[in-house]
Amino acid sequence: MNYFMRTIMSITAFVVVGMVSQAMATELVVVSWGGAYTASQQNAYHQPYMDRTPGVKIVNDDSAGSAVAKLRAMKQAGNTTWDLVDAVASDAMMLCDEGLVDEIDHNSVLANGADGSSATEDFGDFIVSPCFIPQIVYSTTFGYRKDKVSRPMKSVCDVFDLKSFPGKRSLEKKPINNLEWALICDGVSPSKVYDVLGTDAGVRRALAKLDTIKSSVVWWTAGAQTPQLLADGEVVVGSTYNGRLFALIEEQKQPVAMLWDWQVFDLDGWVVPSEGKNKAEVMKYLRFATDTQRLADQAKFISYGPTRASSAPMVGNHAKLGIAMAPHMPTDPNNAKTTLLFNYEFWADNRDDLDAKFNAWLLK
Amino acid sequence: MEKNQENISLVTADGTPLKISLARAQRRSKIIAFLMVFPLLLFITIAFIGPIADMLMLSVDNSIVKKILPKSAEALQKWDEYSGQLPDEEVFAAIVEEIKQAKASKQHTKIGSRFNYESSGFSSLFRKTGRKVKKIKSPPFKDGLIKADKRWGEIYTWQVIKQNSSNYTDGYYLAALDFKREFSSGNIKSLESKDSIYLKLFFRTILLSTLITFLTFVIGFPLSYMLSSVSTRISNILIIFVLLPFWTSLLVRTTSWIALLQQEGVINDFLLLVGFINEDGRLAMIHNATGTVVAMTHILLPFMVLPLFSVMKTIPKSYVRAAISLGAHPWKAFWKIYFPNTGPGIGAGSILVFILAIGYYITPALVGGSSGTFISNRIAYHISSSLNWGLGSAIGVILLGIVLLFFVLYHRIVGINNMKLG
Repeated sequence: MNYFMRTIMSITAFVVVGMVSQAMATELVVVSWGGAYTASQQNAYHQPYMDRTPGVKIVNDDSAGSAVAKLRAMKQAGNTTWDLVDAVASDAMMLCDEGLVDEIDHNSVLANGADGSSATEDFGDFIVSPCFIPQIVYSTTFGYRKDKVSRPMKSVCDVFDLKSFPGKRSLEKKPINNLEWALICDGVSPSKVYDVLGTDAGVRRALAKLDTIKSSVVWWTAGAQTPQLLADGEVVVGSTYNGRLFALIEEQKQPVAMLWDWQVFDLDGWVVPSEGKNKAEVMKYLRFATDTQRLADQAKFISYGPTRASSAPMVGNHAKLGIAMAPHMPTDPNNAKTTLLFNYEFWADNRDDLDAKFNAWLLK
Repeated sequence: MEKNQENISLVTADGTPLKISLARAQRRSKIIAFLMVFPLLLFITIAFIGPIADMLMLSVDNSIVKKILPKSAEALQKWDEYSGQLPDEEVFAAIVEEIKQAKASKQHTKIGSRFNYESSGFSSLFRKTGRKVKKIKSPPFKDGLIKADKRWGEIYTWQVIKQNSSNYTDGYYLAALDFKREFSSGNIKSLESKDSIYLKLFFRTILLSTLITFLTFVIGFPLSYMLSSVSTRISNILIIFVLLPFWTSLLVRTTSWIALLQQEGVINDFLLLVGFINEDGRLAMIHNATGTVVAMTHILLPFMVLPLFSVMKTIPKSYVRAAISLGAHPWKAFWKIYFPNTGPGIGAGSILVFILAIGYYITPALVGGSSGTFISNRIAYHISSSLNWGLGSAIGVILLGIVLLFFVLYHRIVGINNMKLG
């Protein structure tokens, strides 16, 4: 009996202490993309931050893919449970327009660069919206099966060349990027792409170009599909995010090579939900997680380029594979000979309209 | 007469008239019955009726314009949008003031997004104006605003704002049914066939769902017949095989179809091996309508088998035996005696499969390519990606209408009572 009572009491005490200590720790719910990407964040800054700040616990939530809708629903329900959200720049802009995330004073919230530059200088043009804190540059680009082509693919226009490179191609089921590539390969000067795309005739021209390969296209909706289709040999060439292709080529050793020509740069970064409950703590965390060293560290775990200019020289070797990461960055000069930067303003205006036209074209 | 009736009325032991006592007892049991279903009622109200009402509201709601731009909307009423003239200075003054206020509460971009659904370009118009509006300090506001963005000097801009300034809008329904309002004339035009999306998708969704329902019936009927005719012990084991896919994740089942059906997949490899096809003739069975139909038929099969099985179990074997012993050909005995008895199961299974199929979206998104996607994929897109919840809701309401229509049709033709779910 005595023993029994003691056990009960010690269990109770244990539970109570556990609950108290849990209540004392601040939990930050950080929403990101899951998989290798969240792992790179965990290694580069979540874990180091928790190690040096004992009172804070970072909880990962992998629902960034549906974050836009969920944030709006949470705000309407009056119960925002997220503290920090990882979003692509165009979504960050939309969230900012909707008033669902806070505007940030980049220079006061974020650390200066290691070279002494202010945050706004260091991030430069990558701060595409006042609400957006850039982390990485990624690109949507092509990978092709080395063993299924007669000669290496060099130009994005090879994707449109069914004669020299027969077989299926996978493209994202969205107008974004596809229309730009189609116009470039139809002879439009890359600097004029968005002027042309802003007209009805330009949209028709882009779709007409896509018509030439439509019957050979497998349309993807999730980033993991193209690597799978390439590995299975279902497609000869396909577009996806460059980090996915890096994993396919370097980690899984598939006979796939990169086609960097006219890769489209896009950005991914943090936004702070306007109804978040731990904003003060989030700001402290952001100062740490987006400094020069941390962004350079992230590149050890995933092949996405840091958005701070001051981080670029510090990019080292892959943590597990031991290979130099710089040549795998989309921003590396060898890879970035021809690039487009995603035109956020254009797509914010025309996304609904072009999406409707693109889908009507798909249904034809 | 009345008095007489009172005299002969029956009373209970304690003297109350039987009628009153009975009513009291019945009322009590009614209250108890109501209290017992009350939690369910409450749940349905909160989790079902509420959201549907909310969806109906969202699909017509346009109160945001009057909330953020009340004075401008009011002042625009006096303006004749077909006069060929820009609105008065009064309107410009009002909108400058209201965009300033909206900018302070960060709502100017929200209203920009709203108008952008109707006409591309408003998103950047309001964002850009919001950045520059604080520089417009003194009249004439007209010149100041046009300087901030020249689009304010176009009559079309004001036509869009005026025609979208009431508290309710039909714009989402027009879009969902492939119509377009031309703001320069106020006319509603239907989109050309090459630009049409939603009508085509509604039609395709209904067509493929019907095909899927038919295929589950063709596959499910003999299966259920076998299940109902073997001994209980064996049928219990077989039922587990029917239910097994139920317990597997939908995504796993869908992706395994990809592995089977793709051009470098198991089935194509087998056909190649047997010599049915050659290397260049590998069949495209996935990322198109075929993929959607195959994967969904498999996934929805249990919903057809279970109601059919439960109905078939209750049909006495002696019916068909009697028919045969009276001289009917076995086929005729089956067709005239057995088959009509399975009607309630066929009805329940078909309605169940059809309604589930019409709202499916994960499977069509993964294996449908461009020819096998459903209308629900567009709803998902508008709810989770484009944030155009109004349009998403309008499509949802129309889809709900279609389901109800099919339900009514079913009731008229077969009768809703003639349905057995298990």
